[in-house]
Amino acid sequence: MADQQSTEGITVTLNGGQTTISGHDTLPLLHVLREVLGLKGTRFGCGQGTCGACTVIVEGKAVTSCDLPLEAVRGKRIETVECLAAGGATHPLAEAVLACQAAQCGYCLPGILMAAKALLDREPDAPDARIREALDDNLCRCGAHLRILRAVRLAGEVMTAATDR
Amino acid sequence: MSAPSIPLPLKAAPDISDWIRFGPGRTVEVLTGRVELGQGNLTALAQMAADELGLAPNDVVITSGNTERTPNEGYTAGSMSVSIGGMALRFAASAARVLVLREASLKLNADYLSLSVRDGDILEGGRPTDLDLRDVATGLNFAVPVIDYAALLVPERRTLSSQPLPRRDLPNRIFGTPFIHDFAPEGMVHGRILHPPVQGAMLRSLDLKTLAARPGIIDVFRDGSVVGILAGSFSVVTAAVDWAANRAEWAVPDLPQAASLRELLAGAASAETVILEKGKIPEEDGNAVEVTASRAYLSHGSIGPSAAMAVWRDGRLKIWSHSQGVFQLRNAVARVLGLDIEAISIEHASGAGCYGHNGADDAAFDAALLARRVPGKPVKVIWSRLDEFRVAPLGPGMLTTARAVVDETGALQSASICVTSAPHGNRPDTAGVPNLVTATRLAEPVPFQRSNDVPLPQGGADRNAIPYYRVPNLHVGKKLVHDLPYRTSSLRALGAHLNIFAIEMLMEKIAAETGQDPVTLRLRHLDDPRAAKVIETVMAEGEALRRDMEPGAEGWGLGFGRYKNTGAYAAVLARIRVEETVTVSHIHAAVDSGEIVNPDGALNQIEGGILQAVSWTLKEEVKLAGPLVATETWLDYPILRFSEVPQVAVTLIDRPEDPPLGCAEAMAGPVAAAIGSALFQALGIQICDLPLTRERIMAAALA
Ligand code: FES
Ligand code: FES
Repeated sequence: MADQQSTEGITVTLNGGQTTISGHDTLPLLHVLREVLGLKGTRFGCGQGTCGACTVIVEGKAVTSCDLPLEAVRGKRIETVECLAAGGATHPLAEAVLACQAAQCGYCLPGILMAAKALLDREPDAPDARIREALDDNLCRCGAHLRILRAVRLAGEVMTAATDR
Repeated sequence: MSAPSIPLPLKAAPDISDWIRFGPGRTVEVLTGRVELGQGNLTALAQMAADELGLAPNDVVITSGNTERTPNEGYTAGSMSVSIGGMALRFAASAARVLVLREASLKLNADYLSLSVRDGDILEGGRPTDLDLRDVATGLNFAVPVIDYAALLVPERRTLSSQPLPRRDLPNRIFGTPFIHDFAPEGMVHGRILHPPVQGAMLRSLDLKTLAARPGIIDVFRDGSVVGILAGSFSVVTAAVDWAANRAEWAVPDLPQAASLRELLAGAASAETVILEKGKIPEEDGNAVEVTASRAYLSHGSIGPSAAMAVWRDGRLKIWSHSQGVFQLRNAVARVLGLDIEAISIEHASGAGCYGHNGADDAAFDAALLARRVPGKPVKVIWSRLDEFRVAPLGPGMLTTARAVVDETGALQSASICVTSAPHGNRPDTAGVPNLVTATRLAEPVPFQRSNDVPLPQGGADRNAIPYYRVPNLHVGKKLVHDLPYRTSSLRALGAHLNIFAIEMLMEKIAAETGQDPVTLRLRHLDDPRAAKVIETVMAEGEALRRDMEPGAEGWGLGFGRYKNTGAYAAVLARIRVEETVTVSHIHAAVDSGEIVNPDGALNQIEGGILQAVSWTLKEEVKLAGPLVATETWLDYPILRFSEVPQVAVTLIDRPEDPPLGCAEAMAGPVAAAIGSALFQALGIQICDLPLTRERIMAAALA
């Protein structure tokens, strides 16, 4: 492998836990997640930063992971789709997406859910126009958009109610 | 109720045990040759079978698309899963129930007619007995013909059909790792075939030695113009293919750049084949109304690229593929590799969304070829985005001319329709031709052949070219385009997308030129009450959509079509806004697809069909440069984004007494037509070249 090696590896906070990865500094984060760490919920769609299938959250911001070398996230906080269903506790987004049956093939969903989570974490009461804007870099070919928008709004309502309490 | 006819799949798989198997521990396996393509059809199929058996939906497991186990039902395509595959299952499941209840009536010494099943419990006169359907079934012989025992429940007795059951596969598709892309068995390696930039290009030279010396490469081989690369990881194989693509020299066929798609297609068209001739078309039709519509080549554009895995063990080949037809793929692979079909088994596995004949089968063959180099090791292939755009079959570019003469009352007197298109039917194993792209470049090539398109009644280029409107004199023909280097095959709706658009634009133009209301004009030419009903329904329910138009900037329009002229009916209203670009703000659709097995599943399909059609109609166009498909990335091929999604309402007309018709593809033509009609209303000019891009709107507005 043509990666440059760092001796002590790169440490990140992944879905709340510390992880150190050695020997893959220049490998795109997507491949580190899928191939090295076996976290395959994040999808490969284009490898060119143009479809959003590989979207993850880095330091609260949604970014595509297929064009982001691991060394660029050294020491950062990363969230992937796996965080939505971690340890039995399901995130409102995960519940909403199933309640609304908001997918056809489902391939685009992990990326879309991460883009949505990044928005709702900041702005749980984001109106429709904000949601659309936040998801605009994520493609869905099956045309599940309407249901996805409904699901994100629903999750936002649940999250708003939870913060109000 | 019209007595349901015997479903075709029962011919090839006649026995109950071909479809339903009872196992130990009260397990019930339902077998279907159809495959799940992300449309939720397995949920609907399980629902139909469980209903007839009197079981809860989760009491059945469903096995699909497996050359070793399931019936061969041909391709999962054309929105026929439920209408044909589901009906076959319903017959088989009802036959199983009848056999079991006969046995139960003996055991209980009860009148057969007093017995029924609920959640597996056998009831007598509605009261529980201590028998369970699945226990009684064990030991019975189900290797008996379905048609000898089948007795479908009357619609009122069905309890699951028409329920909006959640998709059984959805949680795993979103949160799990069911895709072939995710497979990683012990010892697996990654492979890719280097595909040429242009269809039919032959490899002149490539430095294989340097390629093979790259770190992490396991094997590199060349067979004719095929170069295969195997590596230990996805990123290594990807980088190696990119390296090779930048250095390979190809002999590329020549093709001058055409001025326009219309010119390109018209220039390459073969002679017209007559599809239908009825009455007499006037020779002199000076006052005829004519529309010529065109559509660009389209890409399938699944969000996940084509993928497959294959392994050779002891001379046998096993493939995992998201093909639409595992049996046909098996025939095609066997033919190219000179194998007995018995030596190959193919299992359907999940891929991303599938909208027709995409690269799935090609990726499967690529995997098989690569895996032959490393017997015993599973080889996984994931195509690049570039391969998806350039190597996978495209939806054909098309040109449809529709011309009509109306009488003094404004009624259609005669019409002639002519469709010019590359063939829509090039699936693997069509007329014995493998149609596998890599096989065409082997040292012993197995080339593509001239395709005869998809013959009617399904129709390919000519799907829906016969107007559903009453017209006493009619001529319909098609001109196939064979000699362009762009590879084409079946994409959702096939010719129906453009043909319905063209015919509807013709109706709009006739209405405008004869001073008739376009909706009334359509209704007066429809003899089928179900057709009239969807139009009337959408006009009434979509009333709000038609209010308060800003003249010159907004418009609404109607589009109608009955898919394949035998399938689902769809009437669509679109409201649009024209600025520099066209924005679709609202869609209202009324759909009659016969019996609705799973209303939420049907809605999901219809919504998806609508949005994909909006995307095709407004935005999509594969770029061509001479012989080259110049579209390389998503940046060159914009599709509908979240910010552009209209508000959508759908009215389903349920007809539990009528056979289910399938609905996934029925939206394409009517949606395009509704948008085209709305644009006509807003601007007063018809633009009939799809997609309706900013450039076209500007050019038409200035003309
Ligand atoms: S896979 Fe990363 S944007 Fe497409
Ligand atoms: S659900 Fe298939 S791409 Fe979005």
